[in-house]
Amino acid sequence: MTQQAPPPDAATASPEPEGEAAAPATPGRGPLERLRDPSFWANWAVVVALVVLVVVFGTLSDVFLTAGNIDAILVASAILIVVTVGQTYVIVTSGIDLSIGSVVTLASVVLGYAFANAWGIAAAVGIGLLAGLLAGLINGIIIAKGKITDFVVTLGMLSVASGAALVLSDGRPVQVQTRFLLELAAGSIGPLRYMIVVAIVVAGIAHVALFHMRFGTHLLATGGSAEVARAMGVNVARMKIAAYTISGFLAGIAGVMLTARVGAAEPVAAVALLLSSVAAVVLGGVSLFGGRGTVVGPVVGAVLLTALVNGLTLLGVSQFYQPIAVGSVVILSALLTRWQT
Amino acid sequence: MNDPPPQPPEASGYQVTLDVVDISKAFGNVVALRNASIQARAGEVTAIVGDNGAGKSTLIKCVCGVYQPDSGDVLIEGKRTEFASPEDSRRSGIETVYQDLALVEDLTIWENLFLNRERTKGVGPLKFLDKTVMRTEAEEMLARLQVHIPTVRARVRRLSGGQRQAVSIARAAGWGSRIVIMDEPTAALGVRETGRVEELIERLRSDGLAVLVISHNFEQVMRISQHVWVMRQGRVTTGMRTQDTTARDLVAFITGAHDAGGNGNAGAQ
Repeated sequence: MTQQAPPPDAATASPEPEGEAAAPATPGRGPLERLRDPSFWANWAVVVALVVLVVVFGTLSDVFLTAGNIDAILVASAILIVVTVGQTYVIVTSGIDLSIGSVVTLASVVLGYAFANAWGIAAAVGIGLLAGLLAGLINGIIIAKGKITDFVVTLGMLSVASGAALVLSDGRPVQVQTRFLLELAAGSIGPLRYMIVVAIVVAGIAHVALFHMRFGTHLLATGGSAEVARAMGVNVARMKIAAYTISGFLAGIAGVMLTARVGAAEPVAAVALLLSSVAAVVLGGVSLFGGRGTVVGPVVGAVLLTALVNGLTLLGVSQFYQPIAVGSVVILSALLTRWQT
Repeated sequence: MNDPPPQPPEASGYQVTLDVVDISKAFGNVVALRNASIQARAGEVTAIVGDNGAGKSTLIKCVCGVYQPDSGDVLIEGKRTEFASPEDSRRSGIETVYQDLALVEDLTIWENLFLNRERTKGVGPLKFLDKTVMRTEAEEMLARLQVHIPTVRARVRRLSGGQRQAVSIARAAGWGSRIVIMDEPTAALGVRETGRVEELIERLRSDGLAVLVISHNFEQVMRISQHVWVMRQGRVTTGMRTQDTTARDLVAFITGAHDAGGNGNAGAQ
């Protein structure tokens, strides 16, 4: 990230994914020239990568592009999408939420515990969501008010939440089978499965809040430069607390979805979910320094990661190679962001 | 303690917009301001000069609500005010152009101009940004000060130093403000860009704003200001009409060479 001021003639808008794309650049700048601009590729890297991936796997495998498999990919990516949206909000404020995976587990286990203790399913889901929200709120308050590094606080919360999940469940999974969760896992509105609907609704609201409401602008300003935001009267601490609380709440929703999918609340830390959420955010072109990003990018990133694993499985590549592939894609995409402007 | 320097008679035709009376501020054992008093008038550029650590920045931070003075008063158009935060001072019509923390680089120009003052439309708690209105008004804010920037949709990151400063000043001037405070507005700029920013300052002045400028550049102070206050070791040691002094005299006041006999001896020997 260079801070140097480019010459004045560079002051033209470039194509960017988040709604400013409509801005005409310099008159006479045609689509061809745009394609030659490395920053165009950097901004749209994740979409390009997904297209390449679909073409490659579609050619190599007969099954990959069938309706059934696409449906499977989307359903499998739904939980990751919800978690990734939360991670995006935190990273946009130049933080990071390492506790995200274990808060998913905690929410799921709290739901299972309440259900096992004869709470109704509505109340059980409610308290699961509340557990996620509270974990995020605590993260946010300690980071914003206690002025402790996000990394340390959320790493601590990672441990606390997975420990609490173990204590509460006594280390054993709890069967949670109700019509509501079964319906959530398997039901659909028309061709759209409920899991996907939830992911789309979450991503849609997050997008509108980030780019069409004051809240989003203040969130981006907080991440871009907390000092400037503060000088302009933005309540920076409140913005950070909000971001972590949203992340925790979305982890709670993901916990409910996970419980529905597995049919049980398991106290196994969802570490893969944490890694994948950060990976999807990076793939989606969100700056890890905060201040800029989209919701659409990370969502496509989450689908891409899921499709990658799905495709490799279809091609019979050993599971052991999959983390290597995922990791390489993430590092490559992070390299691409160097050309972002 | 020092008395506030007497006002030179030729200033009386202008209305005093900002009157800082005997303010003191200490940080622990470090006294940053001792009974400092200054005035700034509408339609004038008022300069504050002084060595590093003389208390200039602390003084203006007390005026714009970043710090709260331990004692003394800040009067805006004769009314005593107390600012608990920069928000408060902004509401009273005081805008500040900060030296390096003025704009969020990753936001667009119009987003910066409207940061924390966003225009929204909608009902009840569901309020959405009115981007069209904000973009149009942003263009008008810049056009009014003849700031030329290709598009208000550009990110600030893509602007030159001079363009950034112009945007910051336009923001400060564009909100019905009466007092605009600038901390080293041209410190990081080249000669040509400095010239443009000085033109902007002159435009604000002729629009009837009270402009308060901290500057290390004495030539610039001589060029753009009508009144100058000298600070030394947390005190305002002297104040004078700029036309009655010279850059050399200012240096002498700042170092204390001119100051042995006390203060208020308005320059121009």
